[in-house]
Amino acid sequence: MAGMAGMIVQSGRFALVALGILYLATICAGFLAPYDPVTQNRELAFAPPTRLHFVDSAGTVHLRPFVYGLAGGVYPVRFFLQGVPYRIGGIFKGDRHLVGTDGPPSLFLLGTDAYGRDQFSRFLYGGQISLFAGLLGASLSVGVGLVLGGLAGFFGAWIDTTIMRVAEIFLAVPWFYLLFAVRMALPLQLEPSQAFLMILAVIGLVGWARPARLIRGVVLSAKLRDYVVAARGLGATDAYLLRRHVLPQVLGIALTQAALLTPQYILAEVTLSFFGLGVGEPVPSWGNMLAVLLRYDVLSSYWWMFVPGLALVPVFLLYYVLADALHQRAAAFTV
Amino acid sequence: MTSRVAGLTLALSLLAIAAPGHASQQSSATTEWLISRAEVGRSGGQLVVIERAEPRTFNPVIAIDSPSKDVVWRMMADLIHIDRETQQSEPALARSWTVSPDGRRFRLILRRGVRFSNGDAFDADDVLFSFQVYLDEKVASPQRDLLIVGGQPIAVRKLDQYTVQVDLAEPYAVAERLFDGIAMLPHHVLETPYKEGRLREAWALGTSAQGFAGLGPFRFREHLPGQRITLERNPYYWKTDRAGNHLPYLDTLVFVFVPSEDAQAVRFQSGEADITTRLSATNFDVLLRDQGRRNYELIDRGPGLDYTFLFFNQNNLAEKGPAAIARKQAWFRQLPFRQAVSLAIDREGIVRLVYRGRATPLWGHVPPGNKLWVNRSLPKPARSVERARQLLRTAGFSWNAGGALLDKEGQPVEFTIVTSAGNTERVQIATIIQDDLKQIGMRVGVVTLENRALLDRLLTTSDYEACVLGLGAGDGDPASEMNVWLSNGATHLWNLGEREPATAWEAEIDMLMRRQLVVRDVQLRKRLYDRVQELVAQNLPIISLVSPSVLAGATKGLGNLRPTIFDHHALWNVEELYWRGRPPSGAPQPR
Repeated sequence: MAGMAGMIVQSGRFALVALGILYLATICAGFLAPYDPVTQNRELAFAPPTRLHFVDSAGTVHLRPFVYGLAGGVYPVRFFLQGVPYRIGGIFKGDRHLVGTDGPPSLFLLGTDAYGRDQFSRFLYGGQISLFAGLLGASLSVGVGLVLGGLAGFFGAWIDTTIMRVAEIFLAVPWFYLLFAVRMALPLQLEPSQAFLMILAVIGLVGWARPARLIRGVVLSAKLRDYVVAARGLGATDAYLLRRHVLPQVLGIALTQAALLTPQYILAEVTLSFFGLGVGEPVPSWGNMLAVLLRYDVLSSYWWMFVPGLALVPVFLLYYVLADALHQRAAAFTV
Repeated sequence: MTSRVAGLTLALSLLAIAAPGHASQQSSATTEWLISRAEVGRSGGQLVVIERAEPRTFNPVIAIDSPSKDVVWRMMADLIHIDRETQQSEPALARSWTVSPDGRRFRLILRRGVRFSNGDAFDADDVLFSFQVYLDEKVASPQRDLLIVGGQPIAVRKLDQYTVQVDLAEPYAVAERLFDGIAMLPHHVLETPYKEGRLREAWALGTSAQGFAGLGPFRFREHLPGQRITLERNPYYWKTDRAGNHLPYLDTLVFVFVPSEDAQAVRFQSGEADITTRLSATNFDVLLRDQGRRNYELIDRGPGLDYTFLFFNQNNLAEKGPAAIARKQAWFRQLPFRQAVSLAIDREGIVRLVYRGRATPLWGHVPPGNKLWVNRSLPKPARSVERARQLLRTAGFSWNAGGALLDKEGQPVEFTIVTSAGNTERVQIATIIQDDLKQIGMRVGVVTLENRALLDRLLTTSDYEACVLGLGAGDGDPASEMNVWLSNGATHLWNLGEREPATAWEAEIDMLMRRQLVVRDVQLRKRLYDRVQELVAQNLPIISLVSPSVLAGATKGLGNLRPTIFDHHALWNVEELYWRGRPPSGAPQPR
């Protein structure tokens, strides 16, 4: 039994590291992506992923891989190449890219889209929107849930009743349609950053009710435990009790909730952008990159357009493994 | 087989007894058949046609949506018909006609022995009744406007059972083409609903087959709501082929409803339907790749009559409309601004990326598919970002350090293009324009709206800045474009409901459009319309972009299939279509 729990915690660590690498990669999209995500190469629409070659037509083996340009020509793959300027995390400026080729754009690791934009670069930049919308949205709703659920559980009485009734109303809101309504009320054109904030605010604020109810339950049971009652009897203040005895129990639950909610919110962003309600063209997000699959010709012809959708599978799995581990850890702590 | 024929004969003889009077006076020997020039085919079989939506009505008097028209016109006929292939008018229910020298009086001789699909005879009374209905203001038929010439409704008079006379208040440029698209109605069937004021409700979707009577090649058999409509051969149809076989050849014609363009391509690809028109270029490519393994042929008829364009909101927003847009209209109303936008747009890129080459770039609003009317001498300035920048600079615009375009007040030039969310091609065009205009420093957003919300913004609230839209000229004749170009026209999109022309060139277009409608000399009409095209290209109220090609697909072995770029596409000669060899499997065997 202990071995099983250990394995879960182990895989949790692995998931955490893997997710960390993934998030870091999207933050460093500017450096890792060979091209600007919005530059169109109109001669190269729906180009398939570029193949890396090591052996040329004469049979000579090259240690440095090379690619054949789509418009002809042979271009060796170069590292730390100077290219389009970018910023990392909005702060560090740079213009070196990890990989690239000389000459015209010809290294499309995941092919190009309908406008000849590099799908790999868009995938990395799109991850910034989709992955962080999920993470920040989940933090927001768990944070709000933590405060409101904590208040309701700890103080009870009318505070509890009010917060829980409001939570029920929020649970009953069909959030997807709410978003349509919210989008209609906003001006036609939203800056990508505004659209991102809107998505974040809506999914975060609407989603607080479920974690709040859960946390309220935990707080309710925690404050009635013998040692808490004893501490209160010995004159401990509310703040001390919350900090010393209640919060540590709740924290594990909150983290587990966050790990469970993040993939749901990533999916929410993807769904919204897929329907054109999220971040608009030309800024990429995994959702609006997938929207092109609504077209039959794309669906039946260009498999590399599925990549953002396929990427969701490992991301979700990692989050669920992480949630499992956090749950295990929280349970161990409580007992 | 024998029982069907016997049943039919019995029904005919019963009818002859039951309906004495003029119906029984003629035998089929006196019927004046119209003999089709098309290749002689063989009878039998079924044709399944994809329709993008369910018709709203079977009533030709009020049908305006294309699915309704597609179905209704297979069951209806007009007096004089425009051949969709040659573009010439030719006799239909009117065997012949004469025009007075002043062009104001037509005399039409009706074909004798013609019967409606329920067996009732057709004569001048039906013609009188039909025009009475179309001209009745209470019925509010969309065809009514076409029958008002020089402010007066046309006057129709019966001279004898087979001769009618039509008088116009003024000579009319389209002349006898006026009669195309006016379906003749059976007064036996529709007189009662008309007198009771229920004509608009007559022939609604739920009507039973017995309640119909038309003069078209097919007649109504069955409607399965949401799924399909089945028509059957009209045994009384008035055309034969050169060998004397009665038309139409096909036994049944089935319309299936498939809403999305992609689903239409899939249904056609899988062989569930025989004809699909309005294929998108990308789906055409997918079908083309698969053609070798499947039993269909694909037809690219080249540029059609549709034109896609970009336009700016130049409506007078003083009374209504958002203030933020009113401020930007100072740019939209400047010709150099619109010229710069037009110069910066990569039309060839649109043709290549959006249409895979199956479209034609446009610099004027009449597409080259409209061979009779296009002005070929319009300049086609090549894309030039430098010249666009130069125009903007001369007009007082400047650029900041980041390359963003600023107006005279130093405000950044930013606007939003709205377009229909359901139309992936237009969304793509808008995205390409967004990128093109970035190169001259304009910051453009693209917003997609559901179709009805879009039309509401365009036609009612004027709450938009720029829009990518498409229009289709019904039959290519400039008369059908009146509502777009007249300054008070209902589709004068960039500035709706002008009380008087806002600019001198709009006043000139008004004059030219009104004049071409009454001029009878075709050469002169062409010159007048050429000038309209020139004015539009110079002043760019709309920035013409591309004209998509007309793409269709059909199951192999369909004889006489000659899709046109004009309305009714592949079905304009449905009575002549036939299956070479055996009818495809799955279709019911011929009688």
